Amino acid sequence: MNSGDVAFMLIATALVMFMTPGLALFYGGLVRSKNVLGTMMQSFISLGLISVIWVVYGYSLSFGPDIGGFIGGLKYLGLNGVGLQPGPYSDTIPDLLFCAFQLMFAIITPALITGAFAERMKFSAYLLFTVLWATLVYFPVCHWVWGGGWLGDLGALDFAGGTVIHINSGAAALVAAIMIGKRKGYGREAFHPHNLPMTILGASILWFGWFGFNAGSALAAGETATLAFFTTQVATGVAALSWVVAEWIVQGKPTTLGAASGAVAGLVAITPAAGFVGPVAAMIIGLIAGALCYGAVLFKNKAGYDDALDVVGVHGVGGLWGALATGLFASKAFNPGGADGLFYGNAHQFVVQAIGAGAAIAYSIVVTFIVLKIIDMLVGLRVDREEEVQGLDLAQHSEIGYSL
Amino acid sequence: MKKIEAIIKPFKLDDVKEALNEIGITGMTISEVKGYGRQKGHKEIYRGAEYVVDFIPKVKLEIIVDASKAPQVVEKIRESAYTGKIGDGKIFVLPVEEVVRVRTGERDKDAI
Repeated sequence: MNSGDVAFMLIATALVMFMTPGLALFYGGLVRSKNVLGTMMQSFISLGLISVIWVVYGYSLSFGPDIGGFIGGLKYLGLNGVGLQPGPYSDTIPDLLFCAFQLMFAIITPALITGAFAERMKFSAYLLFTVLWATLVYFPVCHWVWGGGWLGDLGALDFAGGTVIHINSGAAALVAAIMIGKRKGYGREAFHPHNLPMTILGASILWFGWFGFNAGSALAAGETATLAFFTTQVATGVAALSWVVAEWIVQGKPTTLGAASGAVAGLVAITPAAGFVGPVAAMIIGLIAGALCYGAVLFKNKAGYDDALDVVGVHGVGGLWGALATGLFASKAFNPGGADGLFYGNAHQFVVQAIGAGAAIAYSIVVTFIVLKIIDMLVGLRVDREEEVQGLDLAQHSEIGYSL
Repeated sequence: MKKIEAIIKPFKLDDVKEALNEIGITGMTISEVKGYGRQKGHKEIYRGAEYVVDFIPKVKLEIIVDASKAPQVVEKIRESAYTGKIGDGKIFVLPVEEVVRVRTGERDKDAI
């Protein structure tokens, strides 16, 4: 046990927790005012719901003794045997602290997907979705990479969850956006963000919390945490610039929403690489992430699926780029515990990264489809037309966000 | 009596108000309105999606004056709201049948 590591990880865990309310603000500002509460509630309630299932069985399925490389066993049901002494995942912090840190990751991942079906999903359907999706998609994929599963064994590098969290949620978002259908009025009405300052604040809180997410993934207050902290800052800053410059060139105006979106794209892209690459590589990762995700969002407008808040374009595409970039730029010179990437003479790492990303995309698409089909049959995914026009706030929660 | 309705650019409101004060106009009602004419709307961009917003913000003034004073008021508004660019607005002059001051019951000219 190391008290420095314990103190650092307690704070990092709290920082990651704060990302979910940050996400609620980020998404809340982007929707129309009649849906602000319904949208924020979907993120916020994940803090409650996932905490419960994490204790009951989620941690065990993710980090329990490996079964066939696919899922964890039931040894830690009810956190049985997860104590205050260091456990199998770290020698210097309590097992329960590792469990708490990982809980915050499990909370934000389903919340990320809510951007895809924003402004039209039933709250009851969302709760079912969160439980089923976390159980059948998140816990297994988390196990594959971090819990002793097959992707970790294969040597896939995913420092803080590019594959587990962002590719996974991005792929699920694509399926969800297509299955639930377009918002009423899509293509005819303009869906203006109702409060961009709120979105900027949310993006800033995400950025702040992400230091816990990435640096904390080192699980120790040391060299690797410092590297991850620094690469996170650089990649994010560059990506914000990159998105803004790209849209300035293409559409003639630099927008604040572009800056905020670019920052999130940079955070997503650097996530798998944060503790494995140097600062210059982080700049290149951020530079490409900003412009690439902007391009992905433009493509969506042409492709015509209504991924309302661009989960696919930012988390899916940004996460995929980050996973592949880790296979290009990773260097043992920066982290001896990592691996060399393609640019350091190890093409194999790039192939492994691609396999990991491809497997997560395929698995997430298939299982998310099944989960949504089941929920649609049970309670229906979507609010009825009248409720959609009225807005989720009144229809689903009998509240309004603003009475001015 | 005449009612003068003027739709002007919001940033010109102070200039118009001062100009009308100079010629002894003692009261007016304003409201924030939206509309479009030849100026059309403006473009907004959110994450690459471009929207044309037709209705743009304007200020509407309503002033009741004696008929003899109306041409002077119209001219003052035109001078002070003028920028020369498209979208400067319009002025309407309408007849008014009766004016009553609520507090005293005074009518017409005395009530203005």
